[in-house]
Amino acid sequence: MDSNNIPRTVPIQSATFSNPINAEIRRAAATGIYDIRGGGAKRKVPHFDDLLFLGASISRYPLEGYREKCETKVTLGTRFAKKPIELDIPITIAGMSFGALSGPAKEALGRGASAAGTSTTTGDGGMTPEERGHSTKLVYQYLPSRYGMNPDDLRKADAIEVVVGQGAKPGGGGMLLGQKISDRVAEMRTLPKGIDQRSACRHPDWTGPDDLEIKILELREITDWQVPIYIKVGGTRPYYDTALAVKAGADVVVLDGMQGGTAATQDVFIEHVGLPTLACIRPAVQALQDLGVHREVQLVVSGGIRTGADVAKAMALGADAVAIGTAALVALGDNDPKWESEYQKLGTTTGAYDDWHEGKDPAGITTQDAELMKRLDPVEAGRRLRNYLKVMTLEAQTIARACGHNHLHNLEPEDLCALTMEAAAMARVPLAGTDWYPGKAGF
Amino acid sequence: MQTYDLEANGLRGLNSALQELNGSSNKTAWEIVNPKGSHAIAVGLNSPVEVTVKGSTGYYCAGMNQQATVRVEGSVGPGVAENMMSGTVIVEGDASQYAGATGHGGLLVIKGNASSRCGISMKGIDIVVHGNIGHMCAFMGQAGNLVVLGDAGDALGDSCYEARFFVRGSVKSLGADCIEKEMRPEHIEILKDLLARAGADAKPEEFKRYGSARQLYNFDVDNAQAY
Repeated sequence: MDSNNIPRTVPIQSATFSNPINAEIRRAAATGIYDIRGGGAKRKVPHFDDLLFLGASISRYPLEGYREKCETKVTLGTRFAKKPIELDIPITIAGMSFGALSGPAKEALGRGASAAGTSTTTGDGGMTPEERGHSTKLVYQYLPSRYGMNPDDLRKADAIEVVVGQGAKPGGGGMLLGQKISDRVAEMRTLPKGIDQRSACRHPDWTGPDDLEIKILELREITDWQVPIYIKVGGTRPYYDTALAVKAGADVVVLDGMQGGTAATQDVFIEHVGLPTLACIRPAVQALQDLGVHREVQLVVSGGIRTGADVAKAMALGADAVAIGTAALVALGDNDPKWESEYQKLGTTTGAYDDWHEGKDPAGITTQDAELMKRLDPVEAGRRLRNYLKVMTLEAQTIARACGHNHLHNLEPEDLCALTMEAAAMARVPLAGTDWYPGKAGF
Repeated sequence: MQTYDLEANGLRGLNSALQELNGSSNKTAWEIVNPKGSHAIAVGLNSPVEVTVKGSTGYYCAGMNQQATVRVEGSVGPGVAENMMSGTVIVEGDASQYAGATGHGGLLVIKGNASSRCGISMKGIDIVVHGNIGHMCAFMGQAGNLVVLGDAGDALGDSCYEARFFVRGSVKSLGADCIEKEMRPEHIEILKDLLARAGADAKPEEFKRYGSARQLYNFDVDNAQAY
């Protein structure tokens, strides 16, 4: 037989040692350091895409899409605060720091959120005047690092969010690398310019839920019990964390799944620690229901919220509101194809750019470079964010009406089915075409 | 002198009354009786009022203080004067964990001993401890001065930035990147002033100075074993 005519096996790439994995092995071998990046988990995990709404039928009737009202207002902080936060829409802007983001980006977030009738949130590094000035409702994050933390700003806040963790890195702190430490950022954080700034992984003056209860008492005493106190946790043990947050005295629990973004942390942390957002919601709602405080203590869910359908699904599973971070940055202009040539110079491409910690963002959002940040017009970017928030709200209303609800809060698990066994198990809604989900009694 | 019975009248009434003072009130001296270890006493003050607590307190006494002078005639629980911005807090007894945590300014004086993590993440506060301090004090300390007339426990100044530490007694161990440093004339002056303001009977020359070696300021994989 002619050896040239022998059929050959085609080259087969290893599913275990894939090209991206091998590239990371080579990169690690060359540098001796792990990969740091921004954003949230990129791996595919069960998500809201794995759920569908059933819509109305004979057993329930829909509301007229362009005529009958579907309310979207939400009030956060009704448990203890004298002045709960009243929002026109149940979509808030998640905490992102000045330092990680440019001043114009923070201003744009404030402008967009305010125009849409919702709140925005500070981040590590404290409150900036432009952020306070352009945010009708501003949530002040109280973080382990306490960078820029002062009681004057605390009293200016419309709510206080005690950050215990975040979905991208539950159990981990953060690191703002020296190249993003401008004079202003350094001054706000009381650290020398140009050095890496570590954000601690746990609070310096309390440990555990009993301490947290006393810390919350102190915060309420300093702010005259006026504003709501949120507790933000990363998605790990949502039932117990939610229960403990309630026990500690939270008005609002903010629950962030692993698709939630970060300014910078190790890729291995982002991809391998924490729970998908979808897996967090039902246990948290169960904890609230078991304690008899569902809807009295509000639940805000974040981590991978992109569309009005995601908003509606999170609310149908029991959330009172959602928060967006990465999606808000995309609305401002992050990863826009118009910067493709510059992304390529940085060794990446549109949609994949995640080296937010390096401060070289072509879109001028995740940077402190004076020239780059000029690329973001905060007025125009704020307008885009407002438009996006309005579209998401309209989409969620469309779905709610189709399910027969006159308020987004009336969406319920019975409106949903799951496309996969995993999603059915996590969301505790029936697999499509059945009345069963894994774990349901009797099976 | 205004006297407030905390047990009889409650915490909210006390803090509300103290927080409403704006500097123009003639109620500039307050005495709090029956504190009985209560938490969050005299927090969020923002005027040059003088407050004396007649007994021991729980967590976060004088938290986030601005301008006020708070004296505790007893011992304090965790987090006394946490995140203080300005003013003076004096503890006649001992202090539990996290005394002066994240403080940005002002002076905290502890006449007795301070437990672990005193001055953790300090950002400009001055702390003078007449007695000893526990382990991990001034962890990640960014700015300010920690003065200890007695001994320091394990891992003093671990991962510190620009905060200064002056210890008269022994130091059980130094934390990562914390080293003994030369005591220069300007440090003697700083110490002299702090000791005087804290009513401490000690000579600056008796102290050693410690601070950051600045080797961990920017991440270097060769330093990975230090973390």
